Amino acid sequence: MADLAAPRFRPGDRVTVREAYPIGHVRTPFYIRGKQGEIERLCGAFPNPEELAYARTGQPAQPLYRVRFLQRDVWPDYGGQPRDVVEVEIYQHWLEAEASAP
Amino acid sequence: MTSPDPRRGHHDMGGLPAGAVERTEHDYALWEKRVDALMVLLGRKGLLTVDELRRNIESLGPEAYDTMSYYERWIHSITQTLLQRGVVTADELGRRIEAVRGREEGNG
Repeated sequence: MADLAAPRFRPGDRVTVREAYPIGHVRTPFYIRGKQGEIERLCGAFPNPEELAYARTGQPAQPLYRVRFLQRDVWPDYGGQPRDVVEVEIYQHWLEAEASAP
Repeated sequence: MTSPDPRRGHHDMGGLPAGAVERTEHDYALWEKRVDALMVLLGRKGLLTVDELRRNIESLGPEAYDTMSYYERWIHSITQTLLQRGVVTADELGRRIEAVRGREEGNG
């Protein structure tokens, strides 16, 4: 059976996308790094594409989440409705628990 | 125009101005269908993953990325992957291309 990294987040959890810029086959879009959102669902666990891209196994499988962000939190000049959202599927190793508000 | 952020991959263009979406449909040329078939067959044989395909597409220089067509990018990437994995060598590839070119000219 495939090795699997344990899921660390649940729907509703607030998370921050890591603001990192490594060289490599990164699947976390540039525009969403450093942004804060909420776990919408756990999509499953999949071999890590950052490793698969170099013909390695990608094990352990990484939990993949759909994360919901408010558009106005993503784009400083967003002109649409204040409750508009964008959902991005992001692997667990790119997410950190959001620091609780002071 | 501002210079591109060096931390952003050229392919990673979400949120950048892109103009209108072109909605016209088109038929695929025979060579494009062959490239698609090649990708499927290599995947089934375990000689190429979709992640490698994407990596080698995204490794194209910005100018090549923007000017090559969709399946031109694919065949470039498939070739790179097969070279990286040692399925073919550059020497084999070069000689084969010469042989095919000679055949085409012979039939010309």
